[in-house]
Amino acid sequence: MGPDNDLMRLLAPLWAGKNGGSGRLSAVGLIPALTLMAMLGPVCAGLLGTLMPSLGYLPAAGLSTLSFDPFIQLFEWPGLPVAMRLSISTGLLATLLSLGVVTLTLAGWYDTGPFRVLERLLSPLLSVPHAAAAFGLAFLVAPSGWLSRIASPLTGWVRPPDVLILQDEWGLTLTAGMVAKEVPFLLLMALAALGQADARRRMRVAQALGYGRITGWLKTVFPPVYAQIRLPVYVVLAYSMSVVDVAMILGPSTPAPLSVQVVRWMSDPDLSQRLTAAAAALLQGGLVLTALTLWRAGEAVVARLGVLWIARGSRGALDPVLRPLGLALGAMSALAVLAGLAGLAVWSFAGYWAFPEALPQSFDLRSWARHLPGILSTGGTTVLIAVLATGLSLILVIGCLESEFRSGQNLTQRGLWLIYLPLLVPQTAFLPGLQTLLLSLGADRAIWAVVLAHLVFVLPYAFLSLGDPWRAWDRRNSTVAAALGASPRGVLWRVRLPMLLRPILTTAAVAFAVSVGQYLPTLLVGGGRVSTLTTEAVALASGGDRRAIGVYGVSQTLAVLGPFILALAVPAVVWRNRRSLHG
Amino acid sequence: MADSLILHNVRISRRGAPLVSIDHTIAPGTVLTVMGPSGVGKSTLLSYVAGTLSPDFEASGKVCLGATDITDLPPAKRRIGILFQDDLLFPHLSVGANLAFGLRPGGTRAHRRQRIESALSDIELEGYADRDPATLSGGQKARVALMRMLLSEPRALLLDEAFSGLDVSLRRQIRALVFDRARRMHLPVLMVTHDQEDAEAAGGAVERLTVANLSA
Repeated sequence: MGPDNDLMRLLAPLWAGKNGGSGRLSAVGLIPALTLMAMLGPVCAGLLGTLMPSLGYLPAAGLSTLSFDPFIQLFEWPGLPVAMRLSISTGLLATLLSLGVVTLTLAGWYDTGPFRVLERLLSPLLSVPHAAAAFGLAFLVAPSGWLSRIASPLTGWVRPPDVLILQDEWGLTLTAGMVAKEVPFLLLMALAALGQADARRRMRVAQALGYGRITGWLKTVFPPVYAQIRLPVYVVLAYSMSVVDVAMILGPSTPAPLSVQVVRWMSDPDLSQRLTAAAAALLQGGLVLTALTLWRAGEAVVARLGVLWIARGSRGALDPVLRPLGLALGAMSALAVLAGLAGLAVWSFAGYWAFPEALPQSFDLRSWARHLPGILSTGGTTVLIAVLATGLSLILVIGCLESEFRSGQNLTQRGLWLIYLPLLVPQTAFLPGLQTLLLSLGADRAIWAVVLAHLVFVLPYAFLSLGDPWRAWDRRNSTVAAALGASPRGVLWRVRLPMLLRPILTTAAVAFAVSVGQYLPTLLVGGGRVSTLTTEAVALASGGDRRAIGVYGVSQTLAVLGPFILALAVPAVVWRNRRSLHG
Repeated sequence: MADSLILHNVRISRRGAPLVSIDHTIAPGTVLTVMGPSGVGKSTLLSYVAGTLSPDFEASGKVCLGATDITDLPPAKRRIGILFQDDLLFPHLSVGANLAFGLRPGGTRAHRRQRIESALSDIELEGYADRDPATLSGGQKARVALMRMLLSEPRALLLDEAFSGLDVSLRRQIRALVFDRARRMHLPVLMVTHDQEDAEAAGGAVERLTVANLSA
């Protein structure tokens, strides 16, 4: 067991503790190593595969002389300054706004009736694929969209107004789309962090000292919560800067944000364009790194100012304005997604629908009938990939958590960073390289490669979803079962897994949703030959066939909601006679 | 069958700071009560004996059942029963299935079912086999937890504040039941408690742990 043992010793510091493995290797003991390879292997390989072509080395295209030509070509592209500016402005603005909306909503409304409504909508909102949410928003705000139709009796519009809202050159609609999708994510993360921040008692003290809800929250609860959600905030920043599918739907196109341009160059039949794509991908990675550094510096400035603000002792004169604003923004970001989905559904059943009418003249099943074969075949591929990625991620995550439990070694801060790493490295920086590598191995276009690529993004979310309930399980259950003679494996299968059925199924639904929503990994690693509901839907963006987009968007959403409903229904049926297992 | 539980020069420390130090032989059918303020390492001692000590602690010494050294055995092989303050009945299993979880393997299905039934009537819970444990009263749950542990035929018994969660009258009743069973089965009992009354009811030796050695 020589080499394996070395590997374990290498990985032991991630799960800190004194006895770095008892020397005995079990299947469970190997899973953390496997998981790290599954998460980081593709990222590292992809970065390497991006680096080499960016220096002119691409044997697949017969190019093997090292040079800086790809970068020179990139810098000669006239659209570059705007593309870079779009990437940075969208990322920073979307992150700032998402964090602002989440903070204001929590500060003003945590523990109130309206907030509980929002909380209940959280999981479905989170699970809606980015592309479906973006299309929905597009259907709302486009000049001929629902909002201008509803406003037409007041404005007297008989034709769509001639304003550029969708794909505006400043990327504002794109930013709004990202905010609507990232608010639920940050809200969920913040809610998990609140448990440890002792929010209720801190607020009671602050309010007893005469602080308003929002000011009191910002001064006493926000600092520890932000410290907890710092990594998720970085994820939002990295993701908003490099998102491709939402940018193709809502973002400007001449020029497009840098990440979209990378994908265009990657899809060019001329293989030498991949060199420029690789250079641009590295540049994108550098931009994200720069933005993260800027953000980090901003944190220090805000902390400094915050201390001064707290010392001034102001009790919150602006609270009466900020509180309704928080609720309005929170509700708006939720409504934008929900109304957008309703718009997709209406379009998918729409017959003739002239402009100022708020609803179609008639509804029919023609669009569904026309696209049914496509939906069934791409839906089949989608589900196949998602089931495999979900299954693998569950095995690995449960294995890691169980190994952590048995060795008594908790995940360190460094380990947590590693879990977040695949979400922090921009997709556009390593996926092109991964495709280039797979191409040279002749393994692109393979379903299994797509599954493994999805796994990179599914695993972190599965970890985040199952980690807390797994660790919250009362350890004495395991002591009792062992004292009754159950082996560690018996404790796992006969006691722990059944007791944790509900969070495990929820995690499966989250994993499934993440996989269904993946656009770029499917497109690039699948070499354009693996079609899922998401890739098909995004491909429809340029065509503008709203009925087809509606059908695919609704199918995407249903594919994601189905598992969530099952995750609720199965434990309710299986444990119908077990009162204490109903959450 | 009846062996003593021997704690041979057991010393437990946490990151170098000494915590517990005990050397004691608990004869079959007797109780050793360990008392002391919270945070002094009473439960740590029990997890050491049960084999579930967290790696944050270092321990030296030996735990023996009669002539058998069980110090390095995994928890499942030690045959040391444990009762906590909470009943910890497995919420996904029926009352009967909880007992079957404890009952040592072997025997036909019908025979096992019959043993469960008679165990239930032994604790005055006839016909409760299919019930959801969540629907039982506190005293009923405590009796099922005790019976589940006894069915695993332990050779020693650990009590971790086992009676603290019960109200006064119930507490006396369950305590008498547990001590009575342990005596009848000749089990050595190691009890951790902060309640003087528990110690008096046990009637055995009392060991007091102090925090003094922490500051030394």
